[in-house]
Amino acid sequence: MPKSKSRSDVAFQIGTGAFGFVLIALVCGIGVILALESLPSIQKFGLGFWRTEIWDPVAGEFGALPFIWGTLYSSVLALLIATPIALGIAIFISELCPAVLRQPLVFVTELLAAIPSIVYGLWGIFVLVPAVRALETSLPDSLRKLPLFSGPPLGLGMLSAALILAIMVIPFISSISREVLKSVPPAQREGAYALGATRFEAIRAAVFYARTGIIGAVMLGFGRALGETMAVTMVIGNNPKVSVSLFAPQYTMAAVVANEFAEAADRLYLSALVEIGLVLFIITLIINSFSRLLIWSMARTEKIVAEPVETEAAA
Amino acid sequence: MTATGRRKLLSSLFVGFCAGAVLLALIPLALVLFFVISQGVLSLNLAFFTHMPTPVGEAGGGMANSIVGTLILSGLAALMAVPIGVISGIYMSEYAGSRFAAAVRFAADTLNGVPSIVIGLFAYVVAVLPFKQFSAFAGGFALGLMMIPIIARTTEELLLLVPGTMREGALALGATRARAVFSVVLPAALPGIVTGVVLALARIAGETAPLLFTAFNNRFFSTSLKQPISSLTVQVYTYATGPYEDWHRQAWAGALVLVAIVLVCSLLARLATRRLERMHARG
Repeated sequence: MPKSKSRSDVAFQIGTGAFGFVLIALVCGIGVILALESLPSIQKFGLGFWRTEIWDPVAGEFGALPFIWGTLYSSVLALLIATPIALGIAIFISELCPAVLRQPLVFVTELLAAIPSIVYGLWGIFVLVPAVRALETSLPDSLRKLPLFSGPPLGLGMLSAALILAIMVIPFISSISREVLKSVPPAQREGAYALGATRFEAIRAAVFYARTGIIGAVMLGFGRALGETMAVTMVIGNNPKVSVSLFAPQYTMAAVVANEFAEAADRLYLSALVEIGLVLFIITLIINSFSRLLIWSMARTEKIVAEPVETEAAA
Repeated sequence: MTATGRRKLLSSLFVGFCAGAVLLALIPLALVLFFVISQGVLSLNLAFFTHMPTPVGEAGGGMANSIVGTLILSGLAALMAVPIGVISGIYMSEYAGSRFAAAVRFAADTLNGVPSIVIGLFAYVVAVLPFKQFSAFAGGFALGLMMIPIIARTTEELLLLVPGTMREGALALGATRARAVFSVVLPAALPGIVTGVVLALARIAGETAPLLFTAFNNRFFSTSLKQPISSLTVQVYTYATGPYEDWHRQAWAGALVLVAIVLVCSLLARLATRRLERMHARG
């Protein structure tokens, strides 16, 4: 190989690699910058920040417990609603539906994911919240005494947030589960059918085979739900109180940053909000990495990814 | 009931559940589209695109400044994200097996999963705080950050689809690796990459959270990159959470425009990919 050519190839590798490095630097940069900006809050409050329930910026009291509670509670509720539906959709599209319907259904579920968060929020305020309020008012008094349904039926609150989050994460979970199910070797189902399995039993075998990947898909949906901002901000009621009630207006980490950051005047207030953002970043980072790991490990055992042909031999 | 009968019944119930799940997911989609279209059409007119917002209490007016703002912000984002995204995508596909490429891929997926509000915080610290001013530039930067990983991964996937024989042909003719990539492999994947960029643009045009404290909002017509700028999404947010009936009507009209952008882009992308697939099938 002539020397100039190999030198050009090295330059190409370094040149393009530098752009790739930008992505790595950005991820690290986000973590470092947010950590630096939240130092005042971290130094002042320490870990107590996450155990304190009082959020009163005017009095200079900052406790983030209501936000982390609201974020986790709304996301878990959303997943409880979304997971069975999303898996049903994934199974229907990949295993059951006639070939003609497949593409249109995939397109329609993708559309559900493509609608902007703000549009869901607008719809939430004017359509979903009144509907939820009507549902809450019609609930019999005997049930209303339970802590789960306590509080005035405002419509704005945890239930609306969980419903809108569920709608938004369904397409994510279903499209990844579909990919995962696609990677299950047909022999799994054929084997089951050959043993006289019904459709359900054959699909159960396939789903069992794909379980790691499906858990990964659900976790990825969880990561999405945790960070979802606009739609939740618009329907959850924005009240920093820890409550198990589905009817109670609550608050999430993303929502408090969205609502208060532009108006936060003093340094400590800003820093406290950045710290909430930092923790949100770390949680989603961990959850996303772990779920990708699960999906990858599943894909790796199933599909031997076609490596691009090594071209060095040409020399 | 016999055991077989029970198993068959269970199986049918299961199939019914799955079909029901699909219908259940279609309900919110249909409802959202129905309300956005029926409410949006009522207040969408030419003035919406050409007029400025009117003062509170005065009917009519439009969102001309927000539409221009969204275009500027998306353009800035693309300017930043397309080169970085495409070239890092090239790196990931060319050196797919290397450990560094795996790290870049991991970073892209991580960046893609970072909540948009966190991206906004980062952009605030980096691009607003030093200049002590909200600006279109900062908003474009935030949206660009969201666009980079989408474009990088799309480019990577599409480049890997280009038949290896094309690259080998170029290399056999004595082309350098850079030459082979830029004159043979990349052009072959270009239509797909353009489709990916359009889809990414549609997605970030609908983002609100990263703009709240970077581009902020502006009641006036502004094209300055150093000034706060309005955007469709932030304007819809302001109108939707405001107390006035007129504002709500404008919000629905804005939502209709946003959904139309997404819908048109996804349909175009779908048509384009179908043509590409057919081309590949013909080989």
